[in-house]
Amino acid sequence: MDTKSRKDYWKKNIRILFILLTIWFIVSFGFGILFVEQLNQIKIAGFKLGFWFAQQGSIYFFVVLIFVYVVRMNRLDKEFNVNEE
Amino acid sequence: MEILTWTYILVGLSFALYIGIAIYTRAGSTKEFYTAGGGVSPLANGMATAADWMSAASFISMAGIIAFSGYDGSVYLMGWTGGYVLLALLLAPYLRKFGKFTVPDFVGDRYYSNKARVVAVFCALFICFTYVSGQMRGVGIVFSRYLEVDINTGVLIGMAIVFFYAVLGGMKGITYTQVAQYCVLIFAFMVPAIFISMQLTGNPIPQLGFGDTVGDGTYLLDKLDGVLTEMGFNEYTSGKKSMVDVFAITLALMVGTAGLPHVIVRFFTVPRVKDARLSAGYALVFIAILYTTAPAVAAFGMYNAIDTLVGQPVDQLPEWVTNWQKTNLIEIRDVNQDGIVQYTPQEETNEMIIDKDIMVLASPEIANLPNWVVGLVAAGGMAAALSTAAGLLLVISTSVSRDLFRTFVPSMTEKTELLIARISAAVAVVIAGYFGINPPGFVAQVVAFAFGLAAASFFPVIIMGIFSTRINKEGAIAGMLTGLVFTLGYIIYFKFGMELFGLSEQAVSPDNWWFGISPEGIGTVGMILNVIACYVVSKMTPPPPQHVQDIIQDIRIPRGAGEAHHH
Repeated sequence: MDTKSRKDYWKKNIRILFILLTIWFIVSFGFGILFVEQLNQIKIAGFKLGFWFAQQGSIYFFVVLIFVYVVRMNRLDKEFNVNEE
Repeated sequence: MEILTWTYILVGLSFALYIGIAIYTRAGSTKEFYTAGGGVSPLANGMATAADWMSAASFISMAGIIAFSGYDGSVYLMGWTGGYVLLALLLAPYLRKFGKFTVPDFVGDRYYSNKARVVAVFCALFICFTYVSGQMRGVGIVFSRYLEVDINTGVLIGMAIVFFYAVLGGMKGITYTQVAQYCVLIFAFMVPAIFISMQLTGNPIPQLGFGDTVGDGTYLLDKLDGVLTEMGFNEYTSGKKSMVDVFAITLALMVGTAGLPHVIVRFFTVPRVKDARLSAGYALVFIAILYTTAPAVAAFGMYNAIDTLVGQPVDQLPEWVTNWQKTNLIEIRDVNQDGIVQYTPQEETNEMIIDKDIMVLASPEIANLPNWVVGLVAAGGMAAALSTAAGLLLVISTSVSRDLFRTFVPSMTEKTELLIARISAAVAVVIAGYFGINPPGFVAQVVAFAFGLAAASFFPVIIMGIFSTRINKEGAIAGMLTGLVFTLGYIIYFKFGMELFGLSEQAVSPDNWWFGISPEGIGTVGMILNVIACYVVSKMTPPPPQHVQDIIQDIRIPRGAGEAHHH
């Protein structure tokens, strides 16, 4: 693999990480902690939304984030021909 | 059948299963002992990671902690799951590609220094020992509660079982027993949760029942908020901790999770880089099943306790209360002699004292479930405690045999190394058992701090070792030491300062916490200091040599991971 495609691959990898970790931060630290009181004004069924993010929602998002990462990285690996057999 | 009979049968069967698996999958080489030969499927590894990760505390105590702290309990829920995102995205794939056996292995090679390796071994051993002592105590408590033996006998039985399969089976044996233990523990946790959710809300899925209505048509959480504020407590859905502290504790737990050596090492056991990524995803699914159910169990438990006890005549309490009063986990005392149970935040007037563990332990009885469910919960609690203890012991033995002996006596044969690994596992079991039987007063408290220490020591140097080619050995050593010393110093000052240095109560009070951050959350600050020290020192000293820069370039590309290999 030449230096240029190596750099491109790494740059795209970092971009994926950056987007996913931003969502990771927003759903947990953002919705569950920093803006919990504002979100608690909104109610869905028996849940105040901020409380729901802190005790349920953030965890569901975490799971989805990892699987999105797996799919995106497998695609990226193929694109740059660095995937494993 | 009696509860005790069911307990003996179910616990006995599960133990026979673990031992059978251990004999069938025993390790024959160091590679199998350290990383199960690198051939574990991502799904199996995900289950094993989940069992390894969820300790007796997750299984027995967490729901109760949340029940009594409400929103503040969220720090554990987010903290102990969010770390897996960091692990999957930032650590697991690269460490798998690196392809050695332990975290100190990585630190030693990446920072081309045996000093850095030894510092890392020291951190790993320190974290694992504090953690495992708590687990052995947990094993003892679970055994004593269910098998009606005393705690020390319980610890001894636990030692014998762990000894058998950790020493004999190594990572290979542990991995497959952990898969079985996960199945036992999740089944045991979910069955009572589903029944209770149905009884209270009519919804069989606890995660949804949590937000559903109870008998009189009001929402469960609204009802809890209302009843608790009426009695003078905080609302269930809002907390007491300051926002900055909740933030710091959550971050320290997340990063600490991703830095725990016994969790990281699990990702060395899968065949490929893509399997390491996928495996972290599976692990979090399996963990999330318990972690999203636990807050529901907490709210159900709190509601049940208030509904069936508070305001009731003291002489007409349900049968489970009388049963559990014998264990001192629940205490009803009629302070004002009016014959009615009152629950208040003030210690002098409160008449209902409930141990946090009861929310899970007594849940089958509270919900009037058949006796076999009680036996099942017992088997689940033991599975949780044993699987975590075994995983930690393995890291300890690997650190000693591989990171210390192999580094300094490189001429040793594979057979000798395997023998040393087994002997150190055996010694570690005995030491952990000793601490389980004679817990130094601080062990229980220190366990909670293992996360802060992992966050402040390991995590930054591993991440920067992967994502920067400029960070060098001087920076890494400075960073690890800064993070560890600062975090340990802060914890010791505020938690043990009164006994150790004769500080006044005023000096260690929360008013003096830096930025309002509690010792539980200080790992976050330690981590930031680690990063700064690491960066500044690296800038002032020469960059790493070319062969190390090549290693870094190599671990960033998935292809060619192969099996975990020797130096």
